[in-house]
Amino acid sequence: MALLDVKNLQVEYLTARGPVKAVDGISFNINPGEVVGLAGESGSGKSTAAHAILRILRSPAIITGGQALFGERDILSMSDEELEQFRWQNIAIVFQSAMNSLNPVMRIRDQLLDVMQQKGFSKSQALHRARNLFNLVGIEASRLDSYPHELSGGMRQRTVIAISLALSPDMLIMDEPTTALDVVVQKDILEQIAVLREKLGFSILFITHDLSLLVEFSTRILIMYAGQIVEQAPAYELFKNPLHPYTVGLMNSFPSISGDKHRLTGIAGSPPDMIAPPSGCRFHPRCPKAMPVCSQKTPVMKTVSEDHTVACHLY
Amino acid sequence: MTFLNSDSSPILSVHNLTKRFPVGSVFMTHHVHAVEDVSFSVNRRQVIALVGESGSGKTTTIRMIARLIPVTKGGIKFKSVDILKAEPHQASLNYRRMVQMIFQDPFASLNSVHNIEHHLARPLLIHKKMVDHDELEHRVLSLLELVELKPAQDIARRYPHQLSGGQRQRVAIARALAVDPELILADEPISMLDVSIRMGILNLIEKLKEELGIAFVYITHDLASARYIGDLIMVMHAGHMVEGGGSEEIIGGALHPYTQLLLSAVPDPHSGLRTRKDLQARGEVPSLIDPPPGCPFAARCPKVMDVCRQVMPGQSYVSQEHWVRCHLYGEGTSV
Amino acid sequence: MSASIPACGPPNLGNKMKPIMQSSQAENVGKPKSAPGRSMQSTQKEFLAGLLSQRKAMFGAILLAIFILAAIFAPLIAPGDPTRFVGRQNQPPSAEHWLGTTGQGQDVLAQLVIGSRVSLLVGFTVGLLITLLGLAIGMTAGYLGGIVDGLLNVLTNVFLIIPALPLLITLASFLPPGIATVTFVLTITSWAWPARVFRSQTLSLREKDFVAASIVSGESTFRIIFSEILPNMMSLVVSSFFGNVIYAIGADVGLAFLGFENVTTVSWGTMLYWAQNNSALLQGAWWTFVPPGLCVALVAFATTLLIYAVDEVTNPRLKTEKEITAVLKKYRITTKRATPVIRDPAG
Repeated sequence: MALLDVKNLQVEYLTARGPVKAVDGISFNINPGEVVGLAGESGSGKSTAAHAILRILRSPAIITGGQALFGERDILSMSDEELEQFRWQNIAIVFQSAMNSLNPVMRIRDQLLDVMQQKGFSKSQALHRARNLFNLVGIEASRLDSYPHELSGGMRQRTVIAISLALSPDMLIMDEPTTALDVVVQKDILEQIAVLREKLGFSILFITHDLSLLVEFSTRILIMYAGQIVEQAPAYELFKNPLHPYTVGLMNSFPSISGDKHRLTGIAGSPPDMIAPPSGCRFHPRCPKAMPVCSQKTPVMKTVSEDHTVACHLY
Repeated sequence: MTFLNSDSSPILSVHNLTKRFPVGSVFMTHHVHAVEDVSFSVNRRQVIALVGESGSGKTTTIRMIARLIPVTKGGIKFKSVDILKAEPHQASLNYRRMVQMIFQDPFASLNSVHNIEHHLARPLLIHKKMVDHDELEHRVLSLLELVELKPAQDIARRYPHQLSGGQRQRVAIARALAVDPELILADEPISMLDVSIRMGILNLIEKLKEELGIAFVYITHDLASARYIGDLIMVMHAGHMVEGGGSEEIIGGALHPYTQLLLSAVPDPHSGLRTRKDLQARGEVPSLIDPPPGCPFAARCPKVMDVCRQVMPGQSYVSQEHWVRCHLYGEGTSV
Repeated sequence: MSASIPACGPPNLGNKMKPIMQSSQAENVGKPKSAPGRSMQSTQKEFLAGLLSQRKAMFGAILLAIFILAAIFAPLIAPGDPTRFVGRQNQPPSAEHWLGTTGQGQDVLAQLVIGSRVSLLVGFTVGLLITLLGLAIGMTAGYLGGIVDGLLNVLTNVFLIIPALPLLITLASFLPPGIATVTFVLTITSWAWPARVFRSQTLSLREKDFVAASIVSGESTFRIIFSEILPNMMSLVVSSFFGNVIYAIGADVGLAFLGFENVTTVSWGTMLYWAQNNSALLQGAWWTFVPPGLCVALVAFATTLLIYAVDEVTNPRLKTEKEITAVLKKYRITTKRATPVIRDPAG
C-alpha cells in the first residue's frame, strides 16, 4: 500500500489581483522506500504542493480541494493538534536553503534537542540520539557545540538533514536541498542521503528544477508544469523516452559534459501567469507540436506503457 | 593611446591579477586572498569560461577587469595598452565603452524605478551614440530586436517587474551592447534563470560572438555550460588558476585532480547511471584567510605529495593551449 | 512641565514611530519583486493611485488639508484680531467667543486659527530642511565612502550627541527671537538623525547590481546618486519627511512653551506659554490650552496616517495580509497555524 496517496490536490493563493490556482488537481503516490522526484520550474507549483501536504503553507495560501492520505488518515482533514503530532514524526521536511534556517544564536545541539524534547524525549535520551544522528550524517559529534556560522554550508545542510531525521520519519520531503551548494558538496550530500536511506528506509519526495540530478537520484519522476502533473515515469524510462513536449524541452536544456556537443534550444517563451493560465493544455503556447485541440481541451493523464503516464493530446 | 586592432592578438590579457582584502581589527589584520596570480588572455570572437566553485575568486577577478574594485597587484592589458598604467585612478569613458558587464541576478541588475527605454538610453546618451531623439529611439528599438525581445515598442515602455527573468537578462545584454563593446564580462548570467530559458540566453551570446566579434569572459560554476559555450576553459580554485586550455581538451582529458573532482561531481545522466566514478575527494573549499603556502588543494587531493604543501606549482604546458598547475606534471614555469 | 517637551531631538519624540517606520521602509526600499503577479509601485502614478486608495490616507490627507487650508485662509476665517483685547479674561466658550477668551482677554479661536500659520509653517519648513540636509549629507557620505564618509560621519555624530534641548535653549537665547531663529535652531539640531538613516540606506543600495551596472555604463557619480539611488529611496524620504514635520511642530511648540520664542507672535506654542503663565490649569480655563494641544495632536495624527499609508503602498505584504485576514474571517476559519482547507471558496 502506498505510504502517501495524494488525490486531486488543489491549492490557491489569494492575491491582490485575484485568486491564483498554484496547484490544480495533482494526483500521485509515494511507496515505502521510493525516491520520487518532482521536477518543474518557477511557477510549476511543486514547492507549493509539497508544503501543502504538510499544511505548512502560509497566508495567503488556502487548500481548496483534494486529499492527502497517509495510510488511512487524510492530512487535509487533521486538526492543528493532530498535525503537530503528525509532522516530523511521520513526514519531515528539509527546506530550500535550509542551512539559513538554523537559529544563529543557538548552538546546534540545542536546536536538535529542541525537536526531540518537544516530543517527549528526556534530555539524556535526546543527547544520545543527537550524537547518533550526527554520526549518521557524517559530522563529528563534537561539532554539536558549535553555532551555525561556525559550520560550512555543507555541514549546515547535513545538520538540517539530521534534525529532520530526529524522530525517524517514514518520509522526507526535500525541497531543493542542494541548490545553494557547490557541485562537489552537492554530490557528497546526495551520496550521504542515499546511504541514510538504505540504512533507515525512509521514502523521499525530492523537489528540484535540476532534472539531470533527478534522473540519477530518484526511482520515479513527476514533471509539473503550471500547477499540473504532465508526465510520470520511472527515472531511467523518462530519460530515455520522454513523451510530453515539455519534458522533451526540459531534457533539451541540459548541456552535457560527455558525448558529442550539439546545439540545444531549451523552450521558447516563458512560464504562464497563473492568474490567467492558457486554455486547454497549459503548455500549448510554447509547444512545438501544438495542435488545434490543445487550446480547447485539457488533456487527461493516460497510461502509455508500464508505469509511464502522460497528459498530452499527442497520445 | 593607440590600440592595436588585429584579430590575432588578444583583446584582453591579464597577468598576475591579485586581490587581497584586509579583515580584522586594527591590531590584528588578516587578509583574505581572494585572487592570486591569475593570468589569461582572450581574443576577439572568443569565449573563455572561468569555472570554479564559490570562493574560487572568479567573480572578484572579473570585477577587477570591469574596474569596479581596485587591483592589489597585477596588470590588465586591453588591446595591448597597459590599462592600469594609462588610467590608474579611474576607468576612462573609453574603457567603459569597450568593456561591458552583465550580472548574475536579472532582478537586481535593472533599476526597478526606470523603464526599459531608460535603461538602454542612458549608455547611448553617456557615450553620445546618436545625434537626436529620433535616432535614440531607433537605436533603443534595434537593440531590443538584436536580443530578440519582441514587440520592441511594447517592451521598451515596460518596467523591469513586468518582465520575466529571461527577458530581463536580455535587456541587460542589450544594455551592454548599446555602447558597441569589444569585450563583455558575464557573471554567471544564467544561473538564476529557469532551466528551460537558459539555452536561449547562451545561444544569444554565441550569436553575438559570431556576428559582432565580441569577446566574452563567461563565469560559471557549471562545467557543462562552460563546455557548451566556451572556446577556452580556465578552472579556478581558492583564488588560484589551476588548469586551462581548449574546452574540449579540458573536458575530455582533465589533468588536475581538482578538475577531475569537479567533473566527477557533475550530474550527467547521458553517461549512464551509476557508472561514473565516485568522488575522489571530499570536503569543501579551504579558507581564504592567510592561507598556508603550497597548493590550496593539497588538503583534499588524493594524489598529494609533500612538495604540494610547500610550493605552489607553476604552469606546465602539455600541449599548445592546455596547461596545468600541478606537481604531478612538473614544476612548471611561474605564472 | 508638560510631557511634550522634546528632550533630545528626533529620537525621543518620534521614537515610537521612527523605528517601526524605518525598519519596514529600509528592508523594502529598492527591493525588486521576485514573484510574478505581484504589483509593486514603480511609477509615480501607481504610487499615488495606491496611496489615495487607502482609506487611512484619504482621511489623513483630508484632515491635514483642512488644517493647511485653514492656515492659508486664516485671516479670512479668524473672528477678528487675535492680539486685541476683546473681552473679559478667561471667559469660557460662549456664543460670542466660540472658544472663550485667554488670560489676557483675547479671543482663543482667533488665536488658534492665526496661530496655525506660524506653527504649520515652521513645522513644514523645518521638516523639509531637515530632510533635504539629511539627504545631501547622508547620501554623499554613504555613496562616496572613504575619507568623505569619515569626515561627514564625525560631523553627524557630533550633532547627534550634542544634547538638543540645551543646544536649542542656548542658541535661542543668543539669537534674536523670531521665526527665522526657530527655524534655524531646529534645523541645526535635528538634521543628523535623518542623515544617518539616509546614509545607511544609501550604503545598502550602493551594493546593488544596478548601481554597478550604471558605473560600468560610465554614468557619473552625481547621476548615480540622484537618478539611480534616490528614486529607490523615495518612500523612505517621504515618510521621513512626514515624521520630521511631526517632530518639528512638536519641537516648536515645546520651545515656545518654554518661552524661548518671541512670545508676542501668535502660535500654538505661545498660546500654551501664555496659558501656563496665566495659571490656566489652576484657574480651570481648559479652553486656553486644550484647543492648541488638540490641534497639534490632530496634525500629528493626520500626518501619521499618511506615513502608514505610504508604508502600506510600498510594502505590499501588509496590504495582502489585511485582505487575507478579511477572507479568513469571512469563512470563519479557526486554524491559525496550519494551512486552512476551504473546499468551496465562493469567488
